[in-house]
Amino acid sequence: MKVLVTGASGMLGGAVARALAERGDDVTVFQRRPARLDVALGPSPVLTEYLGDIADPVAVRAAAAGQDAIVHLAARVSVTGRWPDFVRTNVTGTAHLLDAARQARARVVYVSSPSVAHSGHSLVGVGATAADPDHAIGHYARSKAVAERLALASARTVAVRPHLVWGPGDTQLVGRIVERARSGRLALVGPGTALVDTTYVDNAVDAIVAALDRADALAGRAFVVSNGQPRPLSELVDRICAAAGVAAPRRHVPYPLARAGGALAELAWAGLRRSDDPPMTRFLAEQLATAHWFDLRETRAALEWAPRVDLDEGFRRLAAASS
Amino acid sequence: MKARPRCTAAAALPPPGLPGLDPSWSRLVTAIASDGAPRTWHVLDRPPAGGGPAVGTLLCLHGNPTWSYLWRGLLAAAPAGWRVVAIDHLGMGFSERVAEPQRLADRVTDVGAVVEALGITGPVVTVAHDWGGAISLGWALAHRGRLAGIVLLNTAVSQPAGSPVPGLITLARSVIRTSCVSTPTFLRGTLRLAHPRLSAAVRAGYLSPYLGAERREAIGDFVADIPLSTDHPSWPALSVTASGLAGLADVPVLLLWGPRDPVFSDRYLRDLVERMPQAQVHRYEGAGHLLAEDRDITAAITAWLPTPVSIVSDHRAIRRSSRSALTIDTEIGGTGRRALWAELDDHRGDDSPAVIEMSGERRTVSFAELDLQTRELAVGLTAVGVGAGDRVALLVPPGADLAAIVYACWRIGAVIVLVDAGLGLRGMSRALRGAAARHIIGIPRALAAARALRWPGTAIAVGTTNPALLRAVGARLTLDDIRALGTGATTAVPAPGPEAEAAVLFTSGATGPAKGVVYRHSQLEAQRDLLARAYSISPADRLVAAFAPFALYGPALGVASVVPDMDVTAPATLTATALADAVDAVGATLVFSSPAALVNVAATADRLTPRHHLVLAGVRLLLSAGAPVPVALLRTVAKLVPAAELHTPYGMTEVLPVTDVTLAEIEAAGTGDGVCVGRPLHGVQVTVCPLDELGRPTGEPTDKPGLTGEICVSAAHVKDRYDQLWLTDQDSATQPQAGLPTSEPGWHRSGDVGHFDDHGRLWVEGRLVHVVTTADAVVTPVGVEQRIETLAQVRMAAVVGVGPVGAQAVVAVVTVVTGPDEPGPLASTALAAAVRAAAMVELAAVLITDALPVDIRHNSKIDRARVAAWAARVLAGERAGRL
Repeated sequence: MKVLVTGASGMLGGAVARALAERGDDVTVFQRRPARLDVALGPSPVLTEYLGDIADPVAVRAAAAGQDAIVHLAARVSVTGRWPDFVRTNVTGTAHLLDAARQARARVVYVSSPSVAHSGHSLVGVGATAADPDHAIGHYARSKAVAERLALASARTVAVRPHLVWGPGDTQLVGRIVERARSGRLALVGPGTALVDTTYVDNAVDAIVAALDRADALAGRAFVVSNGQPRPLSELVDRICAAAGVAAPRRHVPYPLARAGGALAELAWAGLRRSDDPPMTRFLAEQLATAHWFDLRETRAALEWAPRVDLDEGFRRLAAASS
Repeated sequence: MKARPRCTAAAALPPPGLPGLDPSWSRLVTAIASDGAPRTWHVLDRPPAGGGPAVGTLLCLHGNPTWSYLWRGLLAAAPAGWRVVAIDHLGMGFSERVAEPQRLADRVTDVGAVVEALGITGPVVTVAHDWGGAISLGWALAHRGRLAGIVLLNTAVSQPAGSPVPGLITLARSVIRTSCVSTPTFLRGTLRLAHPRLSAAVRAGYLSPYLGAERREAIGDFVADIPLSTDHPSWPALSVTASGLAGLADVPVLLLWGPRDPVFSDRYLRDLVERMPQAQVHRYEGAGHLLAEDRDITAAITAWLPTPVSIVSDHRAIRRSSRSALTIDTEIGGTGRRALWAELDDHRGDDSPAVIEMSGERRTVSFAELDLQTRELAVGLTAVGVGAGDRVALLVPPGADLAAIVYACWRIGAVIVLVDAGLGLRGMSRALRGAAARHIIGIPRALAAARALRWPGTAIAVGTTNPALLRAVGARLTLDDIRALGTGATTAVPAPGPEAEAAVLFTSGATGPAKGVVYRHSQLEAQRDLLARAYSISPADRLVAAFAPFALYGPALGVASVVPDMDVTAPATLTATALADAVDAVGATLVFSSPAALVNVAATADRLTPRHHLVLAGVRLLLSAGAPVPVALLRTVAKLVPAAELHTPYGMTEVLPVTDVTLAEIEAAGTGDGVCVGRPLHGVQVTVCPLDELGRPTGEPTDKPGLTGEICVSAAHVKDRYDQLWLTDQDSATQPQAGLPTSEPGWHRSGDVGHFDDHGRLWVEGRLVHVVTTADAVVTPVGVEQRIETLAQVRMAAVVGVGPVGAQAVVAVVTVVTGPDEPGPLASTALAAAVRAAAMVELAAVLITDALPVDIRHNSKIDRARVAAWAARVLAGERAGRL
C-alpha cells in the first residue's frame, strides 16, 4: 500500500511513518524540512521524502498523487502566534490535503486533538464529542476544530485525537518539562491534583495505523486516544523528571495567578512580536489545572485497539533513552 | 363572605412555551355545572400513547393554589395504555372564572360532569393532591362502579381530633383577601415549598393562570371552603366523604407523601392510613408539599398500577400485586409455633435470674418477677389504651425494664419501635415521625428530647417518679403507674397471631436516611429459633448481652442475660473489666457483642485481674455482629476467652443472621477478594445476581463459585417489609428470578455484593452502590482495601471510583499511621507506589486524608459515596477542602 504521512518531522509523525514502512507499506513523508528520520529513530527503513509546504496546493497534490492512504499530522502546534498563521497551516493546509486525497481517491486519517471539543472545563471520563470551533480555546484548538469538521465531512476520512503524546525524542511535552525543570523555572499550576491522561507514542501510532486500516468503515467518526491511565498532573511531572534525571518541581503557582500571568505573557509576546512560546498562557494554565481524561470504550471497540505500552513501561523507555 | 362584584371570564388555553407542558394536551370542555349553567373547563387530556383503547384513565385533580400543570410529569410519561386527564377546577387554572364561590359538593358534582363530557369510559384511578384529595374521594364514593384505584398525595379528609389546625391555614384564613386574592402571597408561598426550589420558568408556569387579583378569586374561595367547624357549609360533604372511606376497603390505595409539609403533616397521613388500612404508603424522606415536583411520582404510580386492567378484575389484579397477608397465614398458621414469650410462661415461678443489670447498683430480676411484670404491664398498657397493632416507641436502655416492656407489648399485640441512639437526634426524629408511634416509653432524657422535637405519641416515663420531672417531659404516666394498673387485675387480651406485626427496627442509615424495617411475630420467632439452632443455645447457657438487637432475646431463649456496665449507645464504652464482671455475675457461657465493643475490650485487657481471666475461660462462644471484624482483633480477643469459639455472623437489619463463620474458619479461608463470612445458616438460601459491565445486578441468581453479584437472601426470618416505603420495598423484595418481577415476602436483595468460593463460602466485597466500573472491569472495594491495609504505613483505606459509570478511574483514599511527611491530599511518590503495588488494580491516584467518614452505629462502615465525591473534586483540580 502506498501511504503519505504529512508532518513526519515531529515525534508522532516520524513514528507513524516508520511503523508503516516497517510493516511493508510504501511510505512517502511530506514536510517543509528534511525529517531526518534515520537520525531521530536510528537506521531507517526505505522512505521517500517530499519537501513542501502544506499550504501550497500544488505541492500537496503532487505528493498525494498515486497514494492509497494519507495520515495527516502536519499542523502548527505552538501555543502563541497570530490567528491567520494557524488558519493557513491547520485549516487551509488541511483543505488542500483533503482535495488532493479526493483526487487520488485515497483514504485519510486526520490526526486531531481532544482540545477541539474542549470548552475550558474539566474533562472527566468523556468520549469523543463533536468538535466545537466556537468554544474551543486558543488558536490551535480552534483551527484544529475547524479542520476536523472539514475532514469528517470528506469521504473516507476518520479523525484520531491522541491526548498529550509523549515518548523518547518528544520535544513538546517531555522536552519542555525537562528543559524548564533543569533551569529551575518549572512550577505546578494549582495543587497539581487534576487527573490528566496522556498517550505513550507507540500507543498513538498503533491507533493511527488501526484507523488507517479501517478508515472506510469508520469514515466520518472521531476517536479519542490515550493510555487510559489518568494520573494526577504532579505525579506525571515527577515521573517525567525522574525518567530524565532532573529534580522535580516543588513550587506551586495558584491557578488564578497562573491564568493572569498567562494573559499578561500573551499580551507581552504579542506586543514584542515574539515567535517563541511564552512561559505561560491562559490555555496552558487551564490545561494544567483542570482534569483531562477520557472514556476509551468506543475507540477500543471500533479500532480494535488497546494501549500496548503502559505508563510504567513508557517511563522505563523514557529513562533508558535519556541516560 | 361579603358579596362583592366579581369578574367572570371565559376559559382559555395556557400560553405556549410553559416548560414541560405539551400544548396538544390542552382542551376546553363545556358541561352543565352544579349551578345548572353550562361552564367551560380547561383540561389536560392525553390518550394512550400509540392509539388504541385505554386500559383505564388516570383522573388527576389539583389542589389549591395550583392547577393541572402539577400533573405535567405524569402526562409526559404516562403509564403504557393509560389515558391521563387532569381537570382545572372552575375558577382555577385556565378554567372559566365564575361569579359564585364553589363549595366542595359543587366541585365533586362538576368533576362528574366533566368526566361525562370527556366521554371517559372504563376503569378510573383517581390521582389527587392537596384539597383535590377530598374532591377526588367525593367523586370516587359516587362512582364506585368504575373506580379502579385511588392515589393521594399530601392531602386530608378531616382534622384529626385533638390536633390543632395548621398555622398556615388559620393565618391565610384570617387575611384571605390580602393573602390569596389581592396579592399572590399564598400562591408564591406555596411554590416556595418545593425541595429543591422550582426553576423560575416552572414558577412562572404555576403563576400564569393567576396573573391579576380578579383571576385569583377562587384561590380565596378554596381557602374559605375548608370546613374548620361543624357549622361550615362544606362540613357535611367532607364528613360524609371521610366516613365513607371505610366502605372502600376493597379499593387499592396508594398514598405518596412528602413529610416536609407545613400544612399536611404526618398526622394527616396517619389519619388516612387509619381510614384506609389497605393503603400502600410511600413516604419520601426530604420531600414536601409539592411532592409531584419534588419526586418522580410517575414512576411510583406506574409501578403500582396493574396492567392490563379491567373494571371487573382490576381490584383483584391490583391486590395480587401487593403483598397478601392471607397467603402467609395459611402457610404458617398450622405449624407448631412457639410465641416469643413462651419461655416466660414456662419459667413461671422460677426464681433463677432472668436479667441482670451491671450498671450502677447491680439489679437482678428473676424469671418469675419478669413474667409477673410482663403480665402486669400487659394488662396496664391495655388499660391505658394500648391496643393490638399500636406502635410503641421504646427509648429505654437495655435491662430488666426494657425486657418487661418488650414482652408485655408482644403479649398484647402492640408493635415495638426500637430507635437506635446511634442515628443521632435528627435521625431519631425522622425515624420516629416516620414510624408514627402512638406511645413513647422512655427515660426522662429521651422524653425531654421527644417533647422538644415534637415526636409523636403519648409519653410514658421509665426510671423516675419525680412529679416535676414528669411534668417537664410531658409524661402523664410512669411505668410504675402502668404496672399498678395491672397489678392483681386481669383482662382478656387475645394473643397476637403469627402474622401480627411485632417490631419496627431501623437500618443504620449508612446509605441515606435510616429505613424502618417491619417484622411480624413469625419472623422474629424464626430469628430466635435460628439463633438457638446455629449456636446450640440451651437452658444451661447464660448470656452477656452487649449487642443490642440480640440482647432482647435472652428471655425468649430462656437463658439468663446480663447487661454489662456500659453506655449502650456507644458500644466502644465496653471495657474488658466490665465484660469480665458481667461474665462473672452469672458464670456466662455466651457473649454477644459488636466489633466496636471488642476494640475497646482488647485495648483495656491489661486491667483484667486473675479472677477475670478465670471466669472468661468459662465462655464457650463469643459472637460479634453488626459489621466486619478484623482478624487481628479476633485473635487478640480469642486470647482473652481461650475456651470460646469466636463467631462473626453476617447479616443486616433486614435479615440477621445470614451466614456464620468462626475465627478458625476465617483463618483456614486465608485472604481473598473481600471478607469471608462463611456459609449460609440452616434454612437460609443465599444467591448472587452477577453484575454486568455497568455494575448492575442483572444476571441470573446463582451460587456458582467465582461470580460476583448482589447478595440475595431468602429465609423465614427476612423482614416483612420496609415501613411506609412501598417502592423501596418492591425493589428490595423482588425475587431475583427471570420472569418473576413480582415482590415476594421472604426475599431480600441485600445491596451487598460478593461471591461464593469453591468451598461454598460467601465473600462480601462491599456495597452495590460502591462498586466501581472501569472500562476494563467491575472493581469491588473491600478486597482492594484489605490488600492496601496490609501496608504498615496505612491505617484505613477506601477504594472509590471517579468519573462516569462504565469508564471510571479507581482511586484509593487512605489514612496513614504517621503523617508529617504526607501533607496530602496526594500521597508521596513512595507511598503511592507501595499502595499501587499492594492494590493489584490500576489506581489513578492515591490520596491522603486525616480521617475517613464512618457510620455512627458501627464506627466502621465507610461512607464511600462521600469519599468519592471528595476525591472527584480533588482530582478535577478543584478546591476540595478536607474530607
